[in-house]
Amino acid sequence: MSYQPPEKLQQEAERLLKEVNPRASELKPKERMAIPPQTIPEQDPAVRRHNMNEVALGYTEEQARLEAMRCLKCKNAPCIEGCPVRIDIPGFVSAIAEGDDDRAAQILKRNSLLPAVCGRVCPQETQCQEHCTVGKALKDRDQAVAIGKLERFAADREREHNGGAIPGIQPDTGKKVAIIGTGPASITVAADVRREGHAVTMLEAFHKPGGVMIYGIPEFRLPNDIVEAEIEGLRRMGVEIKTNFVVGRTRKLKDLIEKDGYDAVFVGTGAGLPRFMNIEGENLVGVYSANEYLTRSNLMRAYERDRADTPILESKQVAVLGGGNVAMDAARSAFRLGAEEVHLIYRRTEKEMPARVEEVAHAKEEGVEFHVLQNAKRILGDEHGRVKAIECLRYELGEPDDSGRRRPVAIEGSEFTIDVDTVVVAIGNSSNPLISQTTPELKVNRWGNIEVDEDNRSSMDRVYAGGDIVLGAATVILAMGEGRRAAEAINAQLRDEG
Amino acid sequence: MNKVIAKEQLAEEVYRMRVHAPLIAEERRPGQFVIVQQDTDYGERIPLTIADADTDEGSITLIFQSVGKSTHKLAELEPGDAINNVVGPLGKPTHIENFGTAVCVGGGIGAAPLYPIAQALKEAGNHLTVIIGARNAELMILEDEMRAIADELIVCTDDGSHGRKALVTEPLKEVCERDPRPDLAVAIGPPVMMKFCAGTTRPYEVPTVVSLNTIMIDGTGMCGGCRVTVGGETRFVCVDGPEFDGHQVDFDNMIQRLGTYKPLEDDEHEQCHLEMAARDKEQSRNESS
Ligand SMILES: Cc1cc2nc3c(=O)[nH]c(=O)nc-3n(C[C@H](O)[C@H](O)[C@H](O)COP(=O)(O)OP(=O)(O)OC[C@H]3O[C@@H](n4cnc5c(N)ncnc54)[C@H](O)[C@@H]3O)c2cc1C
Ligand SMILES: Cc1cc2nc3c(=O)[nH]c(=O)nc-3n(C[C@H](O)[C@H](O)[C@H](O)COP(=O)(O)OP(=O)(O)OC[C@H]3O[C@@H](n4cnc5c(N)ncnc54)[C@H](O)[C@@H]3O)c2cc1C
Ligand code: SF4
Ligand code: FES
Repeated sequence: MSYQPPEKLQQEAERLLKEVNPRASELKPKERMAIPPQTIPEQDPAVRRHNMNEVALGYTEEQARLEAMRCLKCKNAPCIEGCPVRIDIPGFVSAIAEGDDDRAAQILKRNSLLPAVCGRVCPQETQCQEHCTVGKALKDRDQAVAIGKLERFAADREREHNGGAIPGIQPDTGKKVAIIGTGPASITVAADVRREGHAVTMLEAFHKPGGVMIYGIPEFRLPNDIVEAEIEGLRRMGVEIKTNFVVGRTRKLKDLIEKDGYDAVFVGTGAGLPRFMNIEGENLVGVYSANEYLTRSNLMRAYERDRADTPILESKQVAVLGGGNVAMDAARSAFRLGAEEVHLIYRRTEKEMPARVEEVAHAKEEGVEFHVLQNAKRILGDEHGRVKAIECLRYELGEPDDSGRRRPVAIEGSEFTIDVDTVVVAIGNSSNPLISQTTPELKVNRWGNIEVDEDNRSSMDRVYAGGDIVLGAATVILAMGEGRRAAEAINAQLRDEG
Repeated sequence: MNKVIAKEQLAEEVYRMRVHAPLIAEERRPGQFVIVQQDTDYGERIPLTIADADTDEGSITLIFQSVGKSTHKLAELEPGDAINNVVGPLGKPTHIENFGTAVCVGGGIGAAPLYPIAQALKEAGNHLTVIIGARNAELMILEDEMRAIADELIVCTDDGSHGRKALVTEPLKEVCERDPRPDLAVAIGPPVMMKFCAGTTRPYEVPTVVSLNTIMIDGTGMCGGCRVTVGGETRFVCVDGPEFDGHQVDFDNMIQRLGTYKPLEDDEHEQCHLEMAARDKEQSRNESS
């Protein structure tokens, strides 16, 4: 769909709501389905590619009410089946339809601790919205009820209105729990364990908490303020956060239990080990891993060139290798850092791209050039060892491989080059080995992921793990789901020990 | 927050600082480093070797050269001030054992990271020769400290203003020619110096350890920015190193990568000097008025 300015969307919504509102409570399913899906207002693509501000502006009140009225409140609620943490979707959506945003937020918070985050970054179209009856009836997944955008609306409203509320906390139990990492898995564990009255300390390697939500996902998709508000909430609950603390180096995992007396430890260290292509030229000047590129930009704020001490190359032509969310974030960041041309190179077709559909669309709107069925063969440098071009091969899709996706096969002799001065490799992350290397007792599988049972217990007594360090690079909501299970098991262990 | 306990200037633009960091002091081993950052929002994360530690005082010692914006800002701190972020100890500790005879070569500021390693090699029973070199007498650091632990100390300067007039590779070659030849060489200093030291020991087949100072961000294996090619393979200096077999390192690539931000940094360094000069002027004006 072509870009529509926010004012226009709002005028349309106001007009429609006036029409629908008088009969809001007695709308027939047919009438609900006749309400047009509400487009979320966004910054103009031509403008936003030069700034770091959030792209999506969020529904206005009128839009949110209309969108929520599209929900049929299906008895079997197939959308809930699609949600990894089983949010009561018709419940919170009808609260919005009725104008009760606080109740909507409360329903959300029963299952998801970070609705403002999830509403922004969950792959809704392949989770809840994929199963939505409205989308099915209209034979278009994209016309399903915009559950994610409504989630964001309710969460933002609540934060703006009464951001101060913190959950009740049980009296002090005298037990203490250490949580390693401060990403979504760890945040969930911290809140759930603290609520039971246990002392909680979070240990973070970086100088700022928040995990990938802070250093990876860019500001234009998930503003740091939102993550920081959640972290602040944890602090107000009495959770202690120690930054600059690398478990495995500053202190061994075992010592946390044996020397420091923690009753339980949760490992939520994520999947922070960048993969490279192992092709010629990969160590030339101007080749970044997506982790480095995004960390320089987001965590170290290199995009504020005149204030930040951490530099980033002033690239003009950038190639990004990969097709996931990370690749989209890198490609879109490149424009915001001043690039004139951004080439995204992916070896399968757009259909197989693991990135969220919305982010692929955003990247295209902003002018990222998509090269599908192509892959880098080698990176070429000039006499100073700086990137000057990338040589690619064309591909076609063959038989399905282990992942069920059709295998890309290189077409021999199809080499061609694109002139670039920077290459960002975004082909995935493996688990960080720092803790497992210094903790031989901890069982990991052959990809370095920590092995856990169905309660997220590891092979080590009192040690639990969850999130990307267990799942491999996954999603925010799955990490939170794991955190929730681990927290339940930790709370049960501490209760049993009395 | 880590308080600066003491600070002294060792040479032109070289400072020694004792910083409160009890956990790091307890865990650190020779060869390891920390990453320091001053301003949590806008500061750069810079790696510095832990030159020494005092577990009673709960402090670590850093020796650094003010080469650019961030080290400049660090140099401006005074005892009582705090460094906002200090993380470590990072990197693999040096492999220390009694090899027999060891020669340690330090170039310029490289003497700082070399010192704890030399100290540990001596304690492990090695016969220890230390060679330290600098551009001139003013830039020589840790000479007395090295003399106190080495069986033999060779000092040289590029311009002959102190000790022998030579590059460190010259005495290194002579030591390699001795009988018995050294069982181990450790060379730490500017990348070119390490490259030539490795080149010097190669024909004598003296195993040579170098400590690489690539550009880093996280120091925990997450960003890949510190990568180098060693024996044809990509390795991460922060987690696989910082020490590697000097005969296997692709120094030319490493030197190129170190220059990635050169144009940007040169501007900033100059800016720092100008600002400092302006401030000094201001200060002397205030004092005289
Ligand atoms: C660029 C990018 C874009 C993404 N986009 C999306 C998206 O749109 N939607 C979505 O659902 N998911 C997305 N993801 C994936 C999602 O962010 C992750 O699945 C999720 O953050 C995993 O959470 P976690 O709690 O397991 O760990 P992380 O968020 O990875 O946090 C781990 C934390 O542990 C710290 N740590 C690591 N080792 C140690 C140690 N030894 N000691 C102390 N601390 C340590 C790290 O510094 C980090 O802060 C994206 C990921 C990236 C990188
Ligand atoms: C493991 C390790 C141990 C080190 N130990 C010491 C030490 O004990 N004493 C000491 O004086 N120096 C040490 N260094 C080098 C020190 O980190 C750099 O001098 C410092 O980061 C420069 O920052 P700057 O902003 O002042 O200078 P800049 O103006 O940013 O850069 C000057 C030069 O320093 C190098 N550099 C820049 N940024 C980094 C970075 N983030 N990491 C590494 N190098 C960089 C580049 O070659 C650059 O051209 C070590 C480096 C490493 C990797
Ligand atoms: S499936 Fe769609 S229409 Fe049905 S309850 Fe869920 S969101 Fe509403
Ligand atoms: S500094 Fe980031 S991987 Fe080594």
